[in-house]
Order: sequence, then structure tokens, then C-alpha cells
Amino acid sequence: MLRYIAKRMVFAIPTLFAVSIVAFIIIQLPPGDYLTTLMADWASQGGAVEAGTVAAMRERYGLDQPIYVQYFKWIAGILTRGDFGISFELGKPVTELIWNRLGFSLLLSLLTLCFVWAIAIPIGILSAVRQYSISDYAATFLAFFFLAVPDFLMALSAMYVMSAWFGQSVGGLFSPDYVDAPWSLGKLADFAQHVWLPVVVIGLGSLAALVRIMRANLLDELSKPYVTTARAKGMSELELLLRYPVRLALNPLISTLGWILPAVISGEIIVSVVMSLPTTGPLLLRALLAQDMYLAGSLILLISVLTIIGTLISDILLAITDPRIRLQ
Amino acid sequence: MSTITDTILQVRDLKTVFPTRTGLFRAVDGVSFDLKRGQTLCVVGESGSGKSVTARSILQIVDRPGRIESGSILLSRPDGSTTDLARLDPRGREIRSVRGKEIAMIFQEPMSSLSPVHRIGTQIGEALRIHFGTPRHEQRERVLELLRQVEIPRPESAIDRYTFEFSGGMRQRVMIAMALACNPSVLIADEPTTALDVTTQAEILDLVKKLQKSHGMAVLFITHDMGVVAEIADEVLVMYRGKVMERGPVEQIFHAPQDAYTRRLIGSVVKLEKKADIRLTRAPIPAGTPPLLEVRNLSLTFPSGVKAVDDVSLSVRPGETLGIVGESGSGKTTMGRCLLRIYDPQEGAIDYRRPDGRTVDIRTADKADLEKVRREVRMIFQDPVGSLSPRKTVGQIIAEPLRIAGVKGRALDERVADLMRQVGLEPAWRERYPHAFSGGQRQRIGIARAIALKPRLIVADEATSALDVSLRSQMLDLMMKLQDELGLSYVFISHDMSVIRYMCDRVAVMYRGRIVELGETDQVVNDPQHGYTRALLSAIPHPDPSHRRMHNRFRYEPGRTLSANG
Repeated sequence: MLRYIAKRMVFAIPTLFAVSIVAFIIIQLPPGDYLTTLMADWASQGGAVEAGTVAAMRERYGLDQPIYVQYFKWIAGILTRGDFGISFELGKPVTELIWNRLGFSLLLSLLTLCFVWAIAIPIGILSAVRQYSISDYAATFLAFFFLAVPDFLMALSAMYVMSAWFGQSVGGLFSPDYVDAPWSLGKLADFAQHVWLPVVVIGLGSLAALVRIMRANLLDELSKPYVTTARAKGMSELELLLRYPVRLALNPLISTLGWILPAVISGEIIVSVVMSLPTTGPLLLRALLAQDMYLAGSLILLISVLTIIGTLISDILLAITDPRIRLQ
Repeated sequence: MSTITDTILQVRDLKTVFPTRTGLFRAVDGVSFDLKRGQTLCVVGESGSGKSVTARSILQIVDRPGRIESGSILLSRPDGSTTDLARLDPRGREIRSVRGKEIAMIFQEPMSSLSPVHRIGTQIGEALRIHFGTPRHEQRERVLELLRQVEIPRPESAIDRYTFEFSGGMRQRVMIAMALACNPSVLIADEPTTALDVTTQAEILDLVKKLQKSHGMAVLFITHDMGVVAEIADEVLVMYRGKVMERGPVEQIFHAPQDAYTRRLIGSVVKLEKKADIRLTRAPIPAGTPPLLEVRNLSLTFPSGVKAVDDVSLSVRPGETLGIVGESGSGKTTMGRCLLRIYDPQEGAIDYRRPDGRTVDIRTADKADLEKVRREVRMIFQDPVGSLSPRKTVGQIIAEPLRIAGVKGRALDERVADLMRQVGLEPAWRERYPHAFSGGQRQRIGIARAIALKPRLIVADEATSALDVSLRSQMLDLMMKLQDELGLSYVFISHDMSVIRYMCDRVAVMYRGRIVELGETDQVVNDPQHGYTRALLSAIPHPDPSHRRMHNRFRYEPGRTLSANG
């Protein structure tokens, strides 16, 4: 078991390395760099810029060097000093800007995952056990409906409904009073009041996939001979269902963690922008628009790292729940 | 009143139906029988006869949408009370208290019939918890005792293992332990030994018999194997298409069958007890003929370190059938696949003689040579469902090797029609898909495909194992007819000694990757030299209840041979 986990972790290292390269390349892909964007901004405000100034700035930011040199400086900084570089636009070290937001992103993603699983598993079970019934069709229809509605639209509608009809304060993760306050029970309660809406909005989009996977897995398992064996033992139908086929149908679901996590995180980016949440989403969007390369690159890298860690966790969970994998 | 106490289960006019789009399918159609204490009733029939549904109806665990339409299943208890199981709600408390406690069941596939992610101790102990609420530590004690009863080695460590850590025979022992947990008065065994090797089958049958005696159980044993019936049955029920064809004591069924179907069934079994007539009359192959295929010192070790084929040498002469017999894990299938280089053996030589007299070593042949050889050496597979693409018509399947060889247009159509006629299929069926055919017909499609390119050697891997016994001899007869017509040679791989004896000229016995005995079939069958061959032969159930011989079988352990019963 320990060997399995160690092996998985070793496999994660080259993936992480590849991800960092891809993240950096993606940032470099659009034509120009931060300075071109900056110059364009200045020009649109009527300011004239001398060519010498641009060249000097480019040298100061290190943008005149070849791309691989830039990459190595960046990655070496991360590995040796935990230094993710400087945000050009905000003039602050990247580390100062992102940790807090990253924490909220992670929390939001985890809450969303828990929510989706908590909803999807029972619905999936119901759909499978009552295959082709009204409840099966209704659950399937709703799940696909939420899959089809774009995240931002759902976010907007939800915000409208909640504030116009129920008078709830929407947007952000805290009421204005608590934003800068230190953590307290009151702040936690306020957080809980705010967080459920984005969780539901992001989660509903991923619901359909999980419901369908759970339903299909369970349908496969329900017709397996071991179910008949357990029935022949005299087990009640509900206990039988939960103890055997559902238990086995969960295993493939665990392995979906690896790809449901990226879906949640990318959904979170859009929803966060719409609902102005203090997560990495809005920051990433701004950094990309401004071609603020170290900030954007670091964010993409860290989000990818979270995803890889998520996959690693799902692998380990799978090994814990399925002895066949553990003993291979 | 004595009949009440003796008869535990009284089934009367049982009808179980499956609603389909085209109406009701009557899987069990008016079946009646009595099951008496301490007795074994064998329900025998071919696939689709409804024997398995009959067994499941008793516990009301027929798969949906099947249901009991009418009839009664009267369960009598020692205290004199009776219950009609057919009237109980299949999901209700009453039937659940019968399942596993009074009537327990074991199934055909011990691997898939046990959960792969639960420890066997948990699965065995569960029935105790359900029916008696036994606390956990007592459960464990009882499970250990059960594991000892079913003779699983080292029960203390076995109890915490998973099913996939056991061999097939051990898994079936786990199933039996599970069934015995609550001391049931009836044990229903649904083809419990079909998926097992003959020697393992003999062990399991012995065990069931022993436990039946010690527990005083009635056993309802479902099987398609007349040999097994002859070995263990007291009473026999012959089923065909949901109906009982004949019912009676085992001696009567075998020695004085009344019904035409029973006679045919026994006839097809007895037919396989000796060599095929068309082989008895054939002139022997001249001894001096140069071999078509000569395998020398072939060895294959898998990356896992398992030596699947170990220094195997054999030869196949033109027009000859060489049987390869052995149990699962003996390496016979792997060896067969090496002959077409589906696997790459590391050592040895496979010399194949081309029609022009030149020999090619298949083991080291280059791509061009291998392609030519593979046109002349073909393969037939065991599973007639899995080896035919469900998305191609039968015509397309048979035409495929021809098309690859460049046959086109009218010539292709005609050749396909010829081939279909040759294997006994109507050319008019060419547009149908494989699922429209029965198991036997599908195997014929596989044969037609194999002979399409006029091969010289066919490697048949368990080609008849998935077929009912009445179809088995037909298929073997067809293969021998084709052999004589086309001058084919066969390498016939099987675990079933009777089909080997029926059709093969010579036989090689494989054990753990090695050939332990090789010779003329008659000589090997009648006068086996190696201990393993003797053990294998003695474990085969003999379809004659007056000569039960499995009890006196030999067990083979490398180095020594001993009798199973002391």
C-alpha cells in the first residue's frame, strides 16, 4: 500500500514539471507582452512613450531575454525560494497576492465537490433502481438541464432570484462588515450564509455527469451474480443495495474525482467573476487580460497542482476502497 | 404422516414466466417434484431448459421481470409447520427468513458470485448476523469452524482474504461455507462445478456429499453433466424447455429411460465415451510421413516470471489430430497460441512444413513468412459469442479472411455460400447477425471462418467447451468430416478427456507447462503411465450410476500418487 502511494507520488513529479512548462507557454502564446499592453493603455490615454523607455523597462522586467531563460529563472525561484515572481500590474510579489485567494478557491471547490457527491449519489441510485420510471426521467432531465445552462447565466439568475425575491445579500463570500474582520463565529456564520449559493451554482453544472456515471455503474452492478448471492442469504433489499452494488459502483465514481475537480475549478473561475468572490478566478482573469505573466502563470500552475493532487488523492482513495487495486 | 416428515420440499405444478415483447416466455412450465431429507435430487437439462430458473423460483430470486405464475412450493419444517413459498412476497420478511437459513444456495461462478471487495469472512458471517443477530466475535468463531469444515487450509489467515486471492476450487468452498452458515435443511447447488477442473470438481462433489451426510441436508443439484448426475444423484429430474420430461431414481434414468429426450441425452453422453466411429474405421497415418508441425523444446516465460510453457516438444502429422489435455493453468492455451505466435516464446523451435516442403520456424519467422504461415494455420476459439463481432453479418465474418487474401465480388459470395453449406449453415442466413444464432451455430460460423482459406492446420482451443453435450458430438463429427474432406490437421486443446478420446489420434497431457505424457490416445486413456494422467482420468465422472468411481480416484501430487480416500 505504502509502495503504491509512493509510486503514485513519484509519477506525479514529471506531470507537475510538464504542467509548469505548459502553463508558462500558454502565458506567452498571445502576441506581445505586459509592456505592449501597458503601452497600448498609455497610448489610449493620450500619453506618448519614448522608445527608449520601453526598452529600459523591458530590460528591467527581464522580458528581453529568451523565453527559456525567463522560464528557468521563474521555476528556479519557485523551487529554491518559493518566490513566484512579481505581478507587474500590481507591483507586488505574486505570493502575497494569491495564497489567501487560493485558500478560498480550494475551500469553495471542496465544498462544491461534497455538495455534488451528496446530491449525485442518491439521485444516481434512485435512477438506477427505478430505471425508466418517472423519477428516473425527471432526475435525468434536471441534471441535463443544469448541465446545459451556462455557469454565468445560472450565477446571474441565482443572484437575481435571491436578492430580488428573498432579499439576501449576494456577491462575495462575506457581508461588507465582515470582509476585513478577523475570523470569529459571526464571520463563520456570515460565510456559511454566502457560500452556499456559489457552491450550488458551480455544483449543479457537474451534477449531470456524476448522476449518469453513478446510474450506469449501479445498473451494471445490479445484475451481477453476487447480488443474487446476497439476496439468497436473506438480506433485505435496502441493506443489500447499499452493502453490495452501491459499494462497488462507488469505486469508478472515486476515480472521476480526477476530472471533476478541474471542471469545478474552471466553473469556479467564471462564477467567481460574476459573483465577485475573493477567489483566484477574478485575479486570474485580470492577470490574463493585462498579460501579467508571472501572476497568471503562477495561478495556472497552482490550480494545476491542485488538480494533480486531487487525482493523486483519488488514486489513493481508490486503493483504499478496492482491494483488487491495493494487492496488485 | 411419514411422507410429511421425510419430504422437505414439495413442488407442485410450478410455472415461472418472463413477460417479453412477444408474449409470455414460460421458463418453467408445470414442474413438480419432491425433495426428501438426506437425498440428492439432480435436475439435469441443457442450456435453456429452465433448470436454473426452477431452482431460483424456490427462493423467489428469479431475475426481473420473471415471476412465479402459479403452482406451489411447500416447505415442511421438523416441527411440522409448512409454508407455501410460492405465495410469499419476493421482497417480504417471510421469504427472507427462509433464504440462507432454511434453504441455502450455491452458484456456478464462484468468482462473480462473491463480492470482490469484501473479505470472505464478512461475506460468510453475514448470514449469521441477518438470521440470528450473532455478535461479531462469535461470528468469527463460527466462520472459522465453517472454513475448517469445507477444508480450506489455514482458516485463520484465509478468513481475512479476498475472493481473488483464492483458486476456483477454494472460492467454491467459500461459497459452500457461506451456504452452510445457518445449517440449512435444503442446499440448492446451481451448476457448482461447471466452471471447475475435473479434479477440483471431484473434490467439491466429495465435499458436498460429506457435508450432506453430516448435516442431514437435502440437496437439489442442478447440472448439465450426466457424468456428475451418475456419480451423485439419488433421484433425477430431466428437463427440456421448461417441462419435466422424466423423473425417477438414477438407476432407472440411466438404464431404463422411458422418454425419448432422456434417451437422446444419455445417448450423446455415451457416444462420447468411446472413439468416434469414423475414426475407428480410418486407415492409420503412415508412420514415416514427415510431420507438418514439429515443436522442439519450446519455452515461454511471462514477464511476471511464470513459466507457462516449459520445454515442450511435440509433432503433428498431416491429417492427424493431436489432443492437448490439461487443467486450467496447465499452459495448454498459451502453448496453442505460441503455435501462431500470438505470444512470443523465448526458446525452442516451431518448425512448420510449407506445401513446397520447405520448413519455416514460426518462432523466428519474419513478417512476410509469418503472414503466409498464418493463412495456412488457423485458430478456432472457445467462446462462440466473444470471438464473433456483433456488428458484422455472418457473411461478412466468414468473408473477412478471404477479403484480406484478395478474393472479391462474385467469387467471394460463392465461396462464402460454399463454406456455409460445408459447415451445415443455410447460405440464406448470411445477412443475419451472430446474436440470431444459437451457440452451436455460432461455433459453426467460427469453423467456416477458420477453413475459409483452405488451411492445413487448425488450432482449436476448447472449441466445444461452451456447447451442450448433444451439440458437442455434432461439432466434433463436423470437424472430423472437414478433416477428411480437406486433409486438415488439428491441434485440439481441451480440458475434457471425453472429447479428446472421441476425436484425437494422439494426445499430449500437460501439467504446469510441461508435457508429462504423450502417446496414442487409446494407449494414454487405457494405460496411463504418468501419475498425473491417472489422477486426471480417475476424476472424470463416469455416466453410469452402477459404477461410481470418483470415490476411488487418485490424487496427484508431484513426487507421489495417493488414493483420495486413504
